[in-house]
Amino acid sequence: MNRGLLGTVATCAAVAAQSLSAQVTEIGPGEGRLDIVAWPGYIERGETMAEFDWVTKFEEATGCMVNVKTANTSDEMVALMNEGGFDLVTASGDASLRLIAGKRVQPVNLSLVPSWDTVDDRLKNAPWYVVDGVHYGVPYMWGPNVLMYSTEVFGDQPPTSWSVVFEETTLPDGQSNAGRVQAYDGPIHIADAAQYLMFHKPELGIVSPYELNPDQYAEALDLLRQQRQLVSRYWHDAFIQIDDFKNEGMAASGSWPFQVNLLQGDGAPIASVIPQEGATGWADTTMMHVDAPHPNCAYLWMEHTLSSNLMSDLSVWFGANPGVPAACTDGRGMQTAEGCTKNGFDDFDKIRFWTTPVTSCASQDECVPYYRWVSDYIGVIGGR
Amino acid sequence: MSRAAHRAPGGLAGRLSDLFWRRPGLFLLLLLALPLTWLGLVYIGSLLALLLQSFFSIDEFSGLINYDFTLKTYAELLRPANFDIILRTVLMAAAVTVAAAIVAFPIAYYAARYARGRMKALFYLAVMLPLWSSYLVKVYAWKLILAKEGILNWAVEGIGASAVLNAVLAIPVIGGNSLSVSYIGTFLVFLYVWLPFMILPLQASLERVPANLLEASDDLGAGSGQTFRHVILPLAMPGLIAGSIFTFSLTLGDYIIPQIVGSSRRFIGQAVYQHQGTAGNIPLAAAFAVVPILIMGLYLWAAKRKGAFDAL
Repeated sequence: MNRGLLGTVATCAAVAAQSLSAQVTEIGPGEGRLDIVAWPGYIERGETMAEFDWVTKFEEATGCMVNVKTANTSDEMVALMNEGGFDLVTASGDASLRLIAGKRVQPVNLSLVPSWDTVDDRLKNAPWYVVDGVHYGVPYMWGPNVLMYSTEVFGDQPPTSWSVVFEETTLPDGQSNAGRVQAYDGPIHIADAAQYLMFHKPELGIVSPYELNPDQYAEALDLLRQQRQLVSRYWHDAFIQIDDFKNEGMAASGSWPFQVNLLQGDGAPIASVIPQEGATGWADTTMMHVDAPHPNCAYLWMEHTLSSNLMSDLSVWFGANPGVPAACTDGRGMQTAEGCTKNGFDDFDKIRFWTTPVTSCASQDECVPYYRWVSDYIGVIGGR
Repeated sequence: MSRAAHRAPGGLAGRLSDLFWRRPGLFLLLLLALPLTWLGLVYIGSLLALLLQSFFSIDEFSGLINYDFTLKTYAELLRPANFDIILRTVLMAAAVTVAAAIVAFPIAYYAARYARGRMKALFYLAVMLPLWSSYLVKVYAWKLILAKEGILNWAVEGIGASAVLNAVLAIPVIGGNSLSVSYIGTFLVFLYVWLPFMILPLQASLERVPANLLEASDDLGAGSGQTFRHVILPLAMPGLIAGSIFTFSLTLGDYIIPQIVGSSRRFIGQAVYQHQGTAGNIPLAAAFAVVPILIMGLYLWAAKRKGAFDAL
């Protein structure tokens, strides 16, 4: 009895010590379970389509049973991580810095991730997950937010500018775009408006769509208010957007390659393009919760993401680019070099990756911080 | 020891029974302990925990909660964008309630006064049937029905009434590009989903309206309109109010329907969901959650003043 109690105390102490220490120093045996917060479509076990499976083998090899909680926006991810109880999150740049600032994620001991060296050099020290030289995760996937459009509406004149979702125009099928476009239901969409202004109103002097002074920010909101007149529904759930493109006669919308691939797979008349203004994009990082209940499985998974068929197949599935360039070429999965080029692998420099807007920004004195983006965007959608 | 046991017939059970007989209060307390714990701790307790959150505020960059007492979060509710959400939700709830009452009354009246035997069973089945299937299934089905390329549009086109539908959809504010992205669509789905909650209490109260009163009214020369206004409606009022409490409060709190069918403009439930679930702003979510509680409190108070509960 006493020994049992002592044992419990010792375990508690060990657990406490572990969560106090900054990093895990060695990987023990797997805990049998792994909880991941991920974007929809990011972690597939062959249930949607049999050939897209990058979980089963991991579970067989490590005994870590993977549970996925999907989140539709970065805000949802941050909220879930703040609640706790998860091991890993596939956080985009507009979530990752908030997670680090909120001390919700822990530094990753890169020496325990053998395949770290294979990571894309462009991502190895990316500012959205490396703070003061400390790595808070390993890169996952990245890609652009594309302009998805209906080929029935646009015919042989594909759109070349985001103007089709921002300004009222007559589309090639002879009808106005009013009511036939959608926009993303997340505050980060303000950056898309800012990027549009960078191109069309250079006199505003916007350097980065995530660093806006009050004047630039007001212009972006005005553009979004104009967009509100055109948008019938803001898309939040990828599958509802897919349904809207099938049944609501939608003509164009900012979207992810994921929806484009699924719609095309269904034979819908859909295509996508990166317009002349460029595109915003996401670069996701696998980050580990500060109190991750299954740290060993989490480290095993991080290594799995970099070394297995995961990134290659996910790249085909999601239309994203792998954080490990070799995944495009070495045949570990289905992706090929041409496929990666199609996904925009060479356009890294053209994409402005999601970043959390903060008050103290690099390009100017003072920028409008993210919490204002959240409340103002709710206002814009509500017609304010 | 053994003698004592002999003296008290039935042993422990007997002594307990004696005890309860002598102290009826104790018995009552034991009987109510479990439900009271449930009501007090789990039910009221969780509500209080929520209300407490609304007096905290949030650190706006990291999204962590600042546990200092403040009314700042409530002040945020009055910002135009947030106040719009409250107004929009209350108006929608009121519209749905009024429409549900108007649609439900004839159905309930027929069921209470005329339906007999098989018809009555059929009526119950018809009203309850939608409640048997999942709420989400119904809402997604409605999304497809109301879609621009959905069955309703197809039918309207088929009978050549597209112009009428387009005219309705062209109405500012409540109209939109198609029914499924307009307030009208949201309203229709709300009305469909909550209608049984109006019909059933209304029918129960109409069944209790004595037929001889209607005959008396008739004999005294009242027209059917007068009978309705002065006899049926006042007597059916408790049912009407009970039903309206359901439809009003259910619409006030719903966050799924406006997410799937509608123009993306937020309702209170969505605002709570978004601030709590996605923005991590639990204080503001809690403050938003207090709003329906207050509104329902006022509503019930007004209903009580009108004597709606006297008949219960």
